[in-house]
Amino acid sequence: MEFSKEFDASGLACPLPIVKTKKALADMASGQVLRVIATDPGSVCDMAAFAEQTGNALLEQGSENSKFIFYLKKA
Amino acid sequence: MAAKKMALIATKGTLDMAYPPFILASTAAALGWEVQIFFTFYGLQLLRKSLDDIKISPLANPAMPMPVPMPVMVQMLPGMESMATMMMKAKMKSKGVASLAELRDICLETDVKFVACQMTVDLFEFQTSEFIDKIEYGGAATFMKFAGESDVCLFI
Repeated sequence: MEFSKEFDASGLACPLPIVKTKKALADMASGQVLRVIATDPGSVCDMAAFAEQTGNALLEQGSENSKFIFYLKKA
Repeated sequence: MAAKKMALIATKGTLDMAYPPFILASTAAALGWEVQIFFTFYGLQLLRKSLDDIKISPLANPAMPMPVPMPVMVQMLPGMESMATMMMKAKMKSKGVASLAELRDICLETDVKFVACQMTVDLFEFQTSEFIDKIEYGGAATFMKFAGESDVCLFI
């Protein structure tokens, strides 16, 4: 999937992946896609909850090489 | 839709109990919530300019995982609290857990409102110069005003 920005949250524990994802989205334009990489297993549920509550759509999520990948579309 | 609101009361000043208010507040702020934390009694320690003196004690804390079993008589020895704190901080760092100072900074950057309980500030004879700048001072009525409008209200 195409994305305009990437944020690597590898190695960070709760709540940093979410808090810093929010920060990464701040300077993006509506409709742009942010790719987030995380290693915290809790981020799988957390990112979905973040997307639902903020209106930033979680377009796709998956895992590769024991990392979790998320694609968020800025609201 | 109006932003959701969360009101927290932070009453503890130990390392383990300092985390929940800052974690919940920074996360709620990231979700677009309006957040206020009322710091009272030992929670006031979390408003000091430096958070370096916030410690964890293994004493009277039987649930705390220890690398080796440690009798209570040993936990009482001088320096044990500092050692336990140092070990806990090292562990947190290795697991990617943010420092208290980092979480507090995030809270401030995201407009979480900090209110210090005036009564306990006076009780413990704290000077406002000991605390960070971006805080307000108030009492129970100040807290109740915001808490009454909140969606989530927790005593920590």
